[in-house]
Amino acid sequence: MALISVKNLTRVFDVSKPWLNRVIERRGKAFLTAVSDVDFEVTERTTYGLVGESGSGKSTIGRMLVGLLTPSGGTVEIEGVNLATETDAKKVDVIRSDIQMIFQDPYASLNPRWRVRDIIVEPVVARGGDATGLAERLLEQVGLSALDAGKFPHEFSGGQRQRICIARALSSEPKLIVCDEPTSALDVSVQAQVLNLMSDLKDNFGLTYVLISHDLTVVRHMADRIGVLYLGRLVEEAGAEDLFADTKHPYTKMLLEAAPQIDGFGREAALPEGEIPDPINPPSGCAFHPRCPIAKNICTQERPDLREVGQTRVACHFAQ
Amino acid sequence: MTDLSNQTVAPKVVQKSRLRVFLDSDIYYTFRRSPVAVVSTIVVTILVLSAIFAPLIASTNPFDPASLNLMNGFTAPMTPNAFTGESFLLGTDDQGRDVFSTILYGMRVSLFVGVAAVLFAMVLGITLGLISGYVGGWTETIIMRTADVQLTFPSILVAMLIFGIAKGFTPIEYRDQMAIWVLIIAIGLSDWVQFARVVRGATLVEKRKEYVEAARLIGRTPYAIMLRHILPNVLSPVLVIATISLALAIIAEATLSFLGVGAPPTQPSLGTLIRIGQGFLFSGEWWILLFPAFTLLTLALSVNLLGDWLRDALNPRLR
Repeated sequence: MALISVKNLTRVFDVSKPWLNRVIERRGKAFLTAVSDVDFEVTERTTYGLVGESGSGKSTIGRMLVGLLTPSGGTVEIEGVNLATETDAKKVDVIRSDIQMIFQDPYASLNPRWRVRDIIVEPVVARGGDATGLAERLLEQVGLSALDAGKFPHEFSGGQRQRICIARALSSEPKLIVCDEPTSALDVSVQAQVLNLMSDLKDNFGLTYVLISHDLTVVRHMADRIGVLYLGRLVEEAGAEDLFADTKHPYTKMLLEAAPQIDGFGREAALPEGEIPDPINPPSGCAFHPRCPIAKNICTQERPDLREVGQTRVACHFAQ
Repeated sequence: MTDLSNQTVAPKVVQKSRLRVFLDSDIYYTFRRSPVAVVSTIVVTILVLSAIFAPLIASTNPFDPASLNLMNGFTAPMTPNAFTGESFLLGTDDQGRDVFSTILYGMRVSLFVGVAAVLFAMVLGITLGLISGYVGGWTETIIMRTADVQLTFPSILVAMLIFGIAKGFTPIEYRDQMAIWVLIIAIGLSDWVQFARVVRGATLVEKRKEYVEAARLIGRTPYAIMLRHILPNVLSPVLVIATISLALAIIAEATLSFLGVGAPPTQPSLGTLIRIGQGFLFSGEWWILLFPAFTLLTLALSVNLLGDWLRDALNPRLR
């Protein structure tokens, strides 16, 4: 059964200037469509990877999954409950304790004035739960010492802080953890440790991950299924192996060619051409056509729908 | 070389006492290195202690009519009185009250009003600042525009206005009793704006941080987030403003009392004493004015210097 089911998810941000400026400059309101019409499902106890360049809407989707942002359109259902519309407070509370998030910046995601113990058990204590010894147990599970519970966050390094964040995420015994670029602020040597810890915990606790990252190697290492986002739309979705072995969408190909590879050290890297377009005025038709090497006339006029080609779902007119 | 391989190294846990932590802190280090801060702390401590223990230090209670002798009026400092032969350290005023004692009792009123007014301004400013920073939207617009409008008036004028209005609503028989409290509210209301602005600014920074989002996503209420997460992180600039505001509040109280709208004659503050004293300045009785004025100057100056030092010490960019 799918733990998360996302349907036609859309999020629009109002990026207008203050009304006085609009009156003086005679401009209308401006809207930025960060996410549009995204569909996917995440099976329990799997890892779903979301990749894309900055500005592709991956963090926005993550925030909507955990309920920090409300969707402008479409639905996010977690275990059949839509957090944005559910009115039964009990159900919302149950679902909330099943969802946790690990953030990108381990320096901003721990309250500097709180002791590590209080930070870790907050998700439990906030619900009136008993948290005796919980922080110490979790700290040891994430590879820190139980003695660290009495310290303050500034006494730890970035990697250790991220471990504390993971301990906090685990404390309410969640089913789903949304990881928003969990390793991008860490040194490469520490990244691997944190990722391995995350895989171990996934097996031990039966977790489901949604892993948001711009780093294809990280996602390949962790994810069972991967969705590639471009300008707020899902352009290709496939199992991890299929995506790398049999790439269908020209954008995914471009990303893969640009990614650094150990065996191809010193090779001539094909850099992605062009930049991600302005999301306030997206290109007509397929949003990727200005950068696409195989774009034809139809690409500027018609937006390709996400269709199934084999095991892959891909949004390209020419995908086979 | 000793062989360490067989030894288990016990984790070293040194639980520092709170005093030790303080003595090792950066703050204490910069404090010790700043003579200005040390001297002003000593001066403030002496003044505050002597205000608190005024009844023990002062030779007489200057506001108890039974202890007064009109014959002692206008005795110069350290000079025996021509009629009674009594001698006073800082002289006496027109009614024979010991100036030293009146200063001690006056300082009590001044400090009490100052501290209470700053506390009131602080609570009000922090609350409104937190709410406007965290909630945003129309709430923020209304609170902050009110603050902006109030800033266009001199704060002493605002205090006088509030004092006057409140006085109009108080029955005459309670006026003297209420005067101190009205004074506190008037000075506090004229001073909350800076607290609100600083707290709002810091809140805007803090609320975007991910630890606040982590608290939001587990379903903590805005109330809990503001109080338990954001408030502790915005307090250090508040501490600086509070210290500087204390000096300003003491001066504001003295100004109001000097103008005759502050502390009543039955509970004179330093400002009231200065007002009484300035009537005798040109007839040669300089001590009635000069000693209270000098006390006020010392008090306000040392609190202010302490605030300046605190601002530098807590601002890492100035180091």
